[in-house]
Amino acid sequence: MNRINELFEKKSGNVLSIYFTAGYPTINSTIEILKTLVSAGTDMIEIGVPFSDPLADGPVIQKSNLSALKNGMNLKLLFSQLQNIRREINIPLLIMSYINPILQFGMEEFCGKCEKTGIDGVILPDLPPEVYMEEYSALFQSHHLNNILLISPQTTAERIREIDKLSTGFVYVVSSSSTTGVKNGFSKEQLEYFLRVRNMKLHNPGLIGFGISDHETYELACKYSNGAIIGSTFIKMLDNDPGRIDRIRDFISSIRT
Amino acid sequence: MNYNVDEKGYYGEFGGAFIPEMMYSNLKELRDNYIIILNDEDFKAEYSDLLRNYAGRPSPLFYAKRLSSFHGTNIYLKREDLNHTGAHKINNTIGQILIAKRLGKTRIIAETGAGQHGVATATVCALMGLKCIVYMGKLDVERQEPNVMRMKMLGAEVVPVLSGNMTLKDATNEAIRDWISNPVDTHYIIGSVVGPHPYPDLVTRLQSVISEEIKWQLEEQTGFSDPDFIIACVGGGSNAAGSFYHYLENEKVKLIAVEAAGKGIDSGESAATMVLGHPGVIHGSRTILMQNDDGQITEPYSISAGLDYPGIGPLHAFLHKTGRVSYEHVSDTEALEAAFRLTQFEGIIPALESAHAFAVLGKHKFRKSEVIVVNISGRGDKDMAAYMNYMKQSVRGKINDI
Repeated sequence: MNRINELFEKKSGNVLSIYFTAGYPTINSTIEILKTLVSAGTDMIEIGVPFSDPLADGPVIQKSNLSALKNGMNLKLLFSQLQNIRREINIPLLIMSYINPILQFGMEEFCGKCEKTGIDGVILPDLPPEVYMEEYSALFQSHHLNNILLISPQTTAERIREIDKLSTGFVYVVSSSSTTGVKNGFSKEQLEYFLRVRNMKLHNPGLIGFGISDHETYELACKYSNGAIIGSTFIKMLDNDPGRIDRIRDFISSIRT
Repeated sequence: MNYNVDEKGYYGEFGGAFIPEMMYSNLKELRDNYIIILNDEDFKAEYSDLLRNYAGRPSPLFYAKRLSSFHGTNIYLKREDLNHTGAHKINNTIGQILIAKRLGKTRIIAETGAGQHGVATATVCALMGLKCIVYMGKLDVERQEPNVMRMKMLGAEVVPVLSGNMTLKDATNEAIRDWISNPVDTHYIIGSVVGPHPYPDLVTRLQSVISEEIKWQLEEQTGFSDPDFIIACVGGGSNAAGSFYHYLENEKVKLIAVEAAGKGIDSGESAATMVLGHPGVIHGSRTILMQNDDGQITEPYSISAGLDYPGIGPLHAFLHKTGRVSYEHVSDTEALEAAFRLTQFEGIIPALESAHAFAVLGKHKFRKSEVIVVNISGRGDKDMAAYMNYMKQSVRGKINDI
């Protein structure tokens, strides 16, 4: 069974997923960050493959993408860094990127490498559900990859149902109409939207992402869904200082408690 | 052959809408309504009134006698440079602002490179009394100060974009991010036949007035509506799409689109997407784009800021693949030479973009009886600094010899 599905069978609430950009802050920090996150108690990790033009991302993740590219990160290197990762890490791992780097790598080769490496899911915000269904769903399934689809406050109930039907793993509930990294807490409208989604009783678990920046927003998100995803706030904390390992641990426990 | 977009938004394998879910509802609203609005009698009346009485259409078709005799053929100039705001861009922004109003939008956003589309957008926003925000790469803001001033005087807010390489590609990203964050009250007036469906089709239709006029104007002047060749420059490709549109299915009319080779195809400083690019996804569209082996989009270069785009509209990718249009390229220097030639033979200073279209004239052997239409997409006022610079450099001002 796919590790994402396994996770949600064991744990239905308070799932914490962390996003970081591979190759940031340094080209070789990928494995160290992964291991530290796992030992700190993260449930799931999204490994970002940097892209020159990340449309859905705000300034923080744009910057980490650009730095990672300057550091020389690419998919080939990432897969080679991750080749033995499953000897050490058992939690679900996802790759998050945009469609163009994957297309140039080759979608079939990408899926094959993901399976071999032990990647459980893929998030490509600019691959629309319709195109995924028509062109790639059979390929993803044959490599036991979950494709994670997004919903937003503007997504109609009817479309949420469709997306839920096409989803495997979980539904990524984007908290607001925005790019990543907005930090305002949650408005009444957002909470109503979370409630509306929760009341739809989707087949898939839901994780709320975008705008989760501290314990308070994490806890609130967990009240309305199966857990939350943190990206920008985590990235902001990373730098070249070797003390970052302790800070990662502290950060995760500050979110949890 | 059918060159229209299909119902899913594709031209063959190119096009589509590769966008984050956060943009789905905005685009769906536009997709569901744009054909209905374009066919609406009220819209048509308002659009054609503004084209005529505000933008100054029809733009003239002019027989360029001296240039024709120089090239040994018959050259007609389609004068988009005479439109209000100085380029073909206004055809699109008038159409889109009328659509935005009908969709109840109160806030307009746009991207701009050299500032021509930004000015054309700020202009129609002033005309309609709508709030206008223009995203412009910080480098372009510095390079194109007169257009920045024009936009500000027109009441637009010009937002310098600091992400990526701080040029047109990044300004487009930022406009898309703005639209993601403002899904209800905002319309994004994209400036070319690029971006996710329905934009390439919408902008092509709004620019198609160019070829519609060429047809009747040429017939009026020569007795035949079909030229042998139509030549236009291409960056994203809106003036070329508009110049070709009504001739696409008439295979007897040969169509030439001219890309900017910059300092040369192999120089590493070029914007010739059809030569240097590969299929991929840029700004929500599956098309041809300049990128490295890892799928990272690369920064193009051209002396002409309007051709300085790493992608090309999906319609063009399709016209290239099917061979319907021939995509050629000329260098900065060739374009500069052509600009001075046109200026000195016909008294028309073209935009640097348009000058690229004229630079291919010398690369073909045209027959004496043939009729060639070249689109002057814009006027050269904004490019005077580049032209002056070239004058200084070239043989102590002996440009009369060109």
